[in-house]
Amino acid sequence: MKNGPLALCFHALFVGFLALPLVMVMLVSLTAKSYLSLPTDGMSLRWYAAMLDNPQFIAAFKTSLLLGLSSACIAQLLAIPAAYALARMQFTGRQAISAILMSPLLIPHLVLGVAFLQFFSQIGMRGGFAGLVLAHTVVVAPYAVRLMMSAYTGMDPSLERAARSLGASAWTTFIRITLPLAIPGVVSGWLMAFIHSFDETTMTVFLASPSMTTLPVRIYLHIEETVDPLVAAVSSTLIIMAVALMVVLDKWFGLDRLLTGGGPKDEQ
Amino acid sequence: MRQIAWKPLALTGPALLVYAVVLAGPVFLMLLLSLQGGKGQDGFTLAHYAEILVDGYFWEIYGRTFVMALGVTLICLLIGVPEAYVLYRMRAPWRGYFLLAVLAPLLVAVVVRTLGWALVLGPTGPLSTALMALGIVQQPVSLLQTMSGVVIALVHVLVPFLVIAVWSSLQRFDPDTLRAAASLGGSDTAIFRRVVIPQVIPGALAGAVVVFSLSATAFATPAIVGGRRLKVVATSTYEEFLGNMNWQLGSALAVLLLVVNILVVIGASRLVEKKFAHVFE
Repeated sequence: MKNGPLALCFHALFVGFLALPLVMVMLVSLTAKSYLSLPTDGMSLRWYAAMLDNPQFIAAFKTSLLLGLSSACIAQLLAIPAAYALARMQFTGRQAISAILMSPLLIPHLVLGVAFLQFFSQIGMRGGFAGLVLAHTVVVAPYAVRLMMSAYTGMDPSLERAARSLGASAWTTFIRITLPLAIPGVVSGWLMAFIHSFDETTMTVFLASPSMTTLPVRIYLHIEETVDPLVAAVSSTLIIMAVALMVVLDKWFGLDRLLTGGGPKDEQ
Repeated sequence: MRQIAWKPLALTGPALLVYAVVLAGPVFLMLLLSLQGGKGQDGFTLAHYAEILVDGYFWEIYGRTFVMALGVTLICLLIGVPEAYVLYRMRAPWRGYFLLAVLAPLLVAVVVRTLGWALVLGPTGPLSTALMALGIVQQPVSLLQTMSGVVIALVHVLVPFLVIAVWSSLQRFDPDTLRAAASLGGSDTAIFRRVVIPQVIPGALAGAVVVFSLSATAFATPAIVGGRRLKVVATSTYEEFLGNMNWQLGSALAVLLLVVNILVVIGASRLVEKKFAHVFE
């Protein structure tokens, strides 16, 4: 099982293709000039300084952060009990409930954006933070449910039975035994929910208002008007954050398992 | 009478309640709105759907969206399947590093990756410079506002989904089969074509369905790279809603996209189950 030279060439091209636009964004962000150009004569961090002085991007970043935190927490609060029932109990309608909880994955975000825009307009919540949190909660909940389910199925149920037989109540058993064992699932599910909320653009573009905009939507609106080194600096910051996050996630959980929806890495 | 299982109901209840109010409610409302007449008109009408179906402009937009999604899906299959196989054949630790490199873009927001392509494909970008240096073109070229540009950027955004789908189906694949094929004198190409491909087809098709569905409904990439001239369903829905303020027509566009999307996804899954039942055994 070795890759031939042709396969390795193809692989190099493929990885280059994936890296090209990201490298380009980072290079352009380092320009010293006031227009889009590669930093051929002198690099500068002036656009990063400009970014930190830009109240619009800073406000959007804070909104995205707060939105990701709240929707991931609410999604996880809903997922922890629901996934337990789905993973551990046998009951009529289990398949149906599981399908319902996963259904936001099947609805295009464009359609969700349209539906939420009308809904929030009708009930007078358009352009507010609460509406964004509700919409994002539904969109990220399937990731939390999926990772919690695989955490519950992956653990040894005899530990819970032992706790019960020693006289612990169902609630005590869950809090003292089940939940601590499921911590990797809780953390990874929360993180996946946060990442998806933080990156969501298609739906949010319909829901954001001038005073309440997330970072990806702010970037999109900025690009629609003008592509300048400032937006490249903001984007590079996001790339650097993603790379840092990726290294941490891979160390803790294994990125491939997280993204395919499997459980955390087994101890090997 | 059957006893109602209260415990699972209580545990899944909060989630179901939130879904009923925040998901089912809005989607139902959208369906209603798409059937409503203009301002001040009562009753239901199919006028907005009729408007879409008789207007050549919308046929063009749906057609363009379909061609774009199909192109993206085919290219993703063409490059994603071999890449997953190359990764599969790598040794540790390279395999881990490169798997990470292929998946990492998924953590970067789509707008950021699309901005990168806008820079690469623009008239002053490296693509244009390289083509001029090679003497292939005399004037600066730009792939912005072209179908090729949108397809290239969308392939970049979506190909990791295909690689990971094929990768997970290769995880269940016994490497001894490859050794057996090689020991029986199969060439690399023959092994890839006759042993590997049949094994990864279900994974590849599952990934292809995801890629098709996501590219048919993508918004940011066609909006940034395609611009106003190259409209797809997602960008024209956005325009109907936030530009022309024609919410009924916008809803009808979105509902049609949803229906076509569901039909394609279900159709493809049926096809896979029927044609490749032997692989699942």
